[in-house]
Amino acid sequence: MAKVSLTVNGKNVEKDVEDRTLLVQFLREDVNLTGAHIGCDTSQCGACVVHVDGKAVKSCTMLAAQASGCEVTTIEGLSGGGDLHPVQAAFREHHGLQCGFCTPGMIMAATDIIKRHGTKLDEATVRAELEGNICRCTGYHNIVKAILDAASKMDGAAKVAAE
Amino acid sequence: MGIEGIGARVARKEDKRFITGKGRYTDDMVVAGMKHSVFVRSPHAHAKIKKVDTEAAEKMPGVIGILNGQQLADDGIGNIICGWMIHSKDGSPMNMGAWRPLAQDTVRYVGDAVLIVVADTKAQARDAAEACIVEYEELDIVTQPDKALADGAPQIHPEAKNNLIFDWGLGDEEATDKALASAAHITEMDIVNNRLVPNAMEPRAALGIYDDAEDHYTCYTTSQNPHVARLVMSAFYNVAPENKLRVIAPDVGGGFGSKIYIYPEEIVCLWASKRTGVPVKWTADRTESFLTDAHGRDHITKVKMGFDANNNIVGLKVDTIANLGAYMSLFSSATPTYLYATLLSGQYNIPAIYGNVRAVYTNTAPVDAYRGAGRPEATYLLERTMETAARELGVDPAELRRQNFIREFPHQTPVIMNYDAGDFEVSLDAAMKQIDYAGFAKRKKEAESRGKLRGIGMSCYIEACGIAPSQAVGSLGAGVGLWESAEVRVNAVGTIEVLTGSHSHGQGHETTFAQLVCERFGVPMDSVSIVHGDTDKVQMGMGTYGSRSGAVGMSAIMKALDKVEMKAKKIAAHLLEADEADIEIENGELKVAGTDKSVPWFQMALGAYTAHNLPDGMEPGLKEGAFYDPANFTFPAGCYICEVEVDPDTGTTKIIDFVAADDFGNIINPMIVEGQVHGGVAQGIGQALMEGTYYDPDSGQLLTASYMDYQMPRAEDLPNFQLSTSVTECPHNPLGIKGCGEAGAIGSPPAVINAITNAIDNNDLTMPATPQAVWTALHNKGGSRDDKNQFDRHITKAAK
Ligand code: FES
Ligand code: FES
Repeated sequence: MAKVSLTVNGKNVEKDVEDRTLLVQFLREDVNLTGAHIGCDTSQCGACVVHVDGKAVKSCTMLAAQASGCEVTTIEGLSGGGDLHPVQAAFREHHGLQCGFCTPGMIMAATDIIKRHGTKLDEATVRAELEGNICRCTGYHNIVKAILDAASKMDGAAKVAAE
Repeated sequence: MGIEGIGARVARKEDKRFITGKGRYTDDMVVAGMKHSVFVRSPHAHAKIKKVDTEAAEKMPGVIGILNGQQLADDGIGNIICGWMIHSKDGSPMNMGAWRPLAQDTVRYVGDAVLIVVADTKAQARDAAEACIVEYEELDIVTQPDKALADGAPQIHPEAKNNLIFDWGLGDEEATDKALASAAHITEMDIVNNRLVPNAMEPRAALGIYDDAEDHYTCYTTSQNPHVARLVMSAFYNVAPENKLRVIAPDVGGGFGSKIYIYPEEIVCLWASKRTGVPVKWTADRTESFLTDAHGRDHITKVKMGFDANNNIVGLKVDTIANLGAYMSLFSSATPTYLYATLLSGQYNIPAIYGNVRAVYTNTAPVDAYRGAGRPEATYLLERTMETAARELGVDPAELRRQNFIREFPHQTPVIMNYDAGDFEVSLDAAMKQIDYAGFAKRKKEAESRGKLRGIGMSCYIEACGIAPSQAVGSLGAGVGLWESAEVRVNAVGTIEVLTGSHSHGQGHETTFAQLVCERFGVPMDSVSIVHGDTDKVQMGMGTYGSRSGAVGMSAIMKALDKVEMKAKKIAAHLLEADEADIEIENGELKVAGTDKSVPWFQMALGAYTAHNLPDGMEPGLKEGAFYDPANFTFPAGCYICEVEVDPDTGTTKIIDFVAADDFGNIINPMIVEGQVHGGVAQGIGQALMEGTYYDPDSGQLLTASYMDYQMPRAEDLPNFQLSTSVTECPHNPLGIKGCGEAGAIGSPPAVINAITNAIDNNDLTMPATPQAVWTALHNKGGSRDDKNQFDRHITKAAK
């Protein structure tokens, strides 16, 4: 058994778990945050993406024990308790989701993509960056649109804030 | 149309929970005392079970029980069945072999369930499953449908001699032979429609809960049709009587057909819950999904299409072998017959058609309806053949199609279907215009200057959906009726609940169905809730598949709304002392036309429930139900054109442009309809370019059983899609709608392959057109290849 102590969505969590427990299992079963989904066994679908210390990580590729001491943000904590995060809002506005299963992972990956590329984000970059996230419902068309729109809105908001 | 009514691009009501991580899928469910299960599955494609030894496994930590097929049989649990009877040409009923939820003597494909292990945690169940010892005696196997029919092939079920399930025909063979004999030109093709794995992103799951105090069962499951699941588990599998069985399909993460069927796992979880005394949950891992979800397509077909001297089609003859896998899944017999051969006329006037279909068993996963179900197979062979014929005849493929279009409706085809409305030329012209068909030669030249081979290809599809008139399908062998139900409950405060037998697993019913109510009564979207997916809450319904929830499900809602409207008007007329015929409903008010007298919707509703002042003899309350049985199928149709560039050095295909011009009849929410087309086209492009399901022919192992080996379309593989719609109304349902769920997956594969074969100037190409396949076709023109069974392991993009 491993003692795991970490911050999840701003709250301290401490638990004893089996050594082999994956971060995604820990979040879903021990912390009861079921927003991160498990869509594959080979770390390819991206349904499980969360942020670990501010970076997008597939939570099925990481042991819970490895996340000890880290700050984890899941889809449930993305908006920080406020209104929807701009990426969440854009997914809704542009119909970037259908069944919703890939959506938490898509949104967590998208916020990271926008953070890394900022204003330089274009369609080709978004499509290339989504390589690790599979959606079977949307054909990605509206997901790409949502991410580009969120990026431009967030950029605009950042500029306003800076002024 | 109001801002939330019919035709409005209303953002989805259901999205909030999904974008905030609050969706509730089956694997998210936790109930008191719940335990976890893992299935022990056959590692062999065909074998006798000699011995099962679970003694050591049972003593492992956390293990609650390990149960087998004999115990299941002892408790009277029945065989899994196919619910659609097909008769062979000689009149004999189809040869259905037994499918036990847990195999007892024989396993017939890799993944066949043998034991269930229940333990405190999933990891413990998995450890114990690995410690279960099952001894097998391996038998000969066959994975390829044509080889399964050969003399001396391994016999998979004693009931089906030579593995033949049925040998079925549709149409007039004699007339077709005669027509072909008189033809000036015949185009012949061998067509392979590749096997696909549906790959809904949410793996299948089940949670069985037995309550011994009430002798009652609850099943949470990933189902597209919870009521059908309850009916089948009750009537055929003997799990529990319907009144003692509640089936809940909560949020479901995509279905595409694969979640229509009732699989062994939900039956076994329910039964195991009673046997072990604890709630039992099972969730498939991805490889388990690859192995055991019902697959799609897998046809081998010979086509002959005859033309007269003026290039009019005179006849079409089709001979298909359909691989149904190791067992007959719920609708597996209908998919390659009545959902396939009935569409062989496509958009064309074809005076004589004959389709012959032989369905066979092989040692592979069961095959059943997958997005489009039979119609993609029909469309693919027709549209590949039309394109090929145009090349052979030296005419423009668009013009050959145009010349042969059906132009008068209703049109009776030689293969049962009666097309009631359409205008195929409108979509052809729209697609040609949008892609700038006339400018292609210039673009091809420009591409050449960059060393790329540019190609263009089209496909004109028609599908039969809005499944289906009950009496008609009954006469064709269906075991169920395919109507839909609705109940509209107006609460005392005027808010409205619509209970529907349709099930949403991505289609956005909570929004589009509510739009119907907003349009009708002018009430705000927030005051309308759609309830679905729970047999305890919702009256019997038939679920969602075959693009039926719009055409059939919404029609049932319209019927129920009619009844509510009628009663509401009566109440309002009484309250306003006016004539019922003068009452109009607008903006949440019931008004007397031409006066300023009105009563708000909520007040009328309250009046219905206080019942202090109702018309004489009227029952209190405001709640109405309806069942709607469609008069005919609906016939969405359209034209898709694809433009590609092939890199001659690598064989890589890039989709440059994809245009979809569809006629879905009237549209309730264009945003949602576009989303359906995007997703469908993406799946069709996946089939055309990359998705291949390969069984090793010697061992029967599924070689493409993970995302490492089965290539799913990713964002970078796809373009932005250009969509347009035109409207011919469906004449027989109240909304004039046809449905849009499957069109994309039906229409797109032939457009892609026609474009690639145009680019490389070699028609000898089968799906999936991987870089290797395209490169080979490009450099082996005229050479012979046999790549249809070859394991074509392409390197998928590694995860980041
Ligand atoms: S579950 Fe983590 S990538 Fe699929
Ligand atoms: S919305 Fe269903 S998988 Fe993406």
